[in-house]
Amino acid sequence: MRDVAVVGFAQRQMRDFDGSPTCVELLVPLFKECYEQTGWTRRDVGFWCSGSSDYLAGRSFSFVQAVDAIGVIPPVNESHVEMDLAWAMYEAWIKIQTGEVDTALVYAFGKSSAGVLRRTLSLQLEPYTMTPLWPDTVSLAGLQARAGMDAGLWDERAMAEVVNRSLTDAEQNEWAVRKGGSSVEELLARPVYADPLRKHDCAPVTDGAAAIVLAAGDRAREVCDRPAWITGLSTYVDEMTMSRDLTGSASARRCAEALDLGGVDTAELHAPFSHQELVLRREVGLADDVTINPSGGALASNPMFSAGGIRVGEAARRIWAGDSDKALAHATSGPALQQNFMCTLEGNL
Amino acid sequence: MAKQPAAVIGVGQTHHRAQRKDVSMAGLCREAIDRALLDANMTLDDIDAIVVGKAPDLFEGVMMPELFLAEALGAAGKPLLRVHTAGSVGGSTAIVASSLVQAGVHKRVLTVAYEKQSESNAMWALSVPVPFNMPVHAGAGGYFAPHVRSYIRRSGAPTHVGAIVAAKDRTNALKNPYAHLREEKTVEQVLASQMLWDPIRYDETCPSSDGACALVIVDEDTARSSSNPAWIHGTVMRSEATTAAERDQVNPQASRDAAAALWKQAGITSPIDEIDAAEIYVPFSWFEPMWLESLGFAEEYAGWRLTESGSTAMDGRLPVNCSGGVMSSNPIGASGMLRFGEAALQVRGAAGEHQVDGARRALGHAYGGGSQFFAMWVVGSQKPTN
Repeated sequence: MRDVAVVGFAQRQMRDFDGSPTCVELLVPLFKECYEQTGWTRRDVGFWCSGSSDYLAGRSFSFVQAVDAIGVIPPVNESHVEMDLAWAMYEAWIKIQTGEVDTALVYAFGKSSAGVLRRTLSLQLEPYTMTPLWPDTVSLAGLQARAGMDAGLWDERAMAEVVNRSLTDAEQNEWAVRKGGSSVEELLARPVYADPLRKHDCAPVTDGAAAIVLAAGDRAREVCDRPAWITGLSTYVDEMTMSRDLTGSASARRCAEALDLGGVDTAELHAPFSHQELVLRREVGLADDVTINPSGGALASNPMFSAGGIRVGEAARRIWAGDSDKALAHATSGPALQQNFMCTLEGNL
Repeated sequence: MAKQPAAVIGVGQTHHRAQRKDVSMAGLCREAIDRALLDANMTLDDIDAIVVGKAPDLFEGVMMPELFLAEALGAAGKPLLRVHTAGSVGGSTAIVASSLVQAGVHKRVLTVAYEKQSESNAMWALSVPVPFNMPVHAGAGGYFAPHVRSYIRRSGAPTHVGAIVAAKDRTNALKNPYAHLREEKTVEQVLASQMLWDPIRYDETCPSSDGACALVIVDEDTARSSSNPAWIHGTVMRSEATTAAERDQVNPQASRDAAAALWKQAGITSPIDEIDAAEIYVPFSWFEPMWLESLGFAEEYAGWRLTESGSTAMDGRLPVNCSGGVMSSNPIGASGMLRFGEAALQVRGAAGEHQVDGARRALGHAYGGGSQFFAMWVVGSQKPTN
């Protein structure tokens, strides 16, 4: 395998983006930041790949106009996944591994506020028997949270502790749309929203976009003092059915098993619901001294289709800064942690 | 670092129809997958990863349907990727799947692309009004007709050339048991059909189909188990922006750049002499001569002469779309993969009645968006030496 590193990262996260669902207005300044970080122009980028969803944009081919944010001439080596940024990065990493290109810029965007997100995501379900019942994302997550509580695997207090830590850490994150810790007691005193979930147990609806720059070998060393080397990647999916064991995530466990997690000091876990962080921590088997979601994670802001990749970017930033030597980044997709992605990033090869 | 060799050892497709009401989306995909696995002499247990492609989710009304399909596709417990690059997606998906092998990450990859157009109405799914954007009323035909007019004006092509393509492709489809439209057509019949978007007549348009295509793509070691692997000699993807005054949508730069890169990768200097069969994405008849030029099979404005002279017929110098092509079956998301798969069948000597004798190297081609996304590959009967 070639040595490939994350050498650039830019993000925008906000409660309500006043602009087009294609987010071109957000992407242009994001690419500019990536060029500033690397000293590159668009012509230095060997491969482009984006992640987005037509259903979020409410139209077909929503990614098509986003391509215009790259620029006009010459044409580019480019692809798109109807998935989160993390998987766009995976496709780009594969492309670099084939030897066809040495560099890539991947991006993703989503205007979650354009509709009622939890209902839009109901259209992701099995269309013959599930979607007609319109179970929404929050309700399905509530079932998952209840299943774990009934099984004695976690309780409301453990969930509140996750929230309190996340929103406290989010105070340091300029992009967090929800922030401010309080206390477990105060959080538990707030009203229940979708039993057993309180509002703060659910990621806030967030608009946003993000971009990640990858480079191989010396191309990475040229532009970054301490590149965040991708030392392992894995992705797996489970069947969708809600009759699977919701208290765990087999695909997350497989992802973790495929990686060397020894020495991980930081983990950015994409858990849009507080109890899902508990599921992931158990499936990954993280030690107690690992710093979890120093960015505040998805409970602070969760822009659809870039939030998973933002976990990679946040982990990379900590490697660049020397705050971490080895970090785990995770992304999820689908209801109740159905599909997962993980990668390890390291400062020293 | 060089790419690891990769080959197609399984090709499967559905019987394409206007409405496949006998199967669900999962059933449609499995029909293609099961045929591809049978062809590869494998089962789902042998597969390392699965790559799904389809055009816009609005065509079936399910957001990211690969998630609910995961179990039916045999992806549960495995890596699953979902590609969407507009009409070129079937080709792009095959390229992403092959890159998983070429990168050395997986050994046996299954890829499937589908569209079940009968679940909705593609023309209107393409015509959702978007604020501050020029509307694409009346679907793809209305969008592409001006490009065809421009081509006819610029090239001076006789106006019956489109009808020659349509009659050829529809008649070719008689030799393809999976084709949606299988009917003997004459140039006169095509010319007599209803004008829809001048100069595109009813018989010069692709149908709206339900269908799927699947490929099994494997590494060199695994390919040894096959008596007739189709080796991948080159793959390319190129995209250009939507909004640019200098865009030439009749002969787009992304198409020309892609072709040049592809021929270079495959070590081909004279495509018309070195390609034995081509499966080119021709959703409206006139795109055959247009793409022949853009791909470098003919000089600019001379593509129609190849078509008119019969050179693109099944017994011609460059047989194009012996399967009947998109003109005979168009399950949009799968149409590109069908081109890639039919090219593989040709070099494997497995194309049945529409086989080109002795085909050694073949082109698979797909395009999408407003003639702005391109995906192509060259496959060959011999392992590439480059």
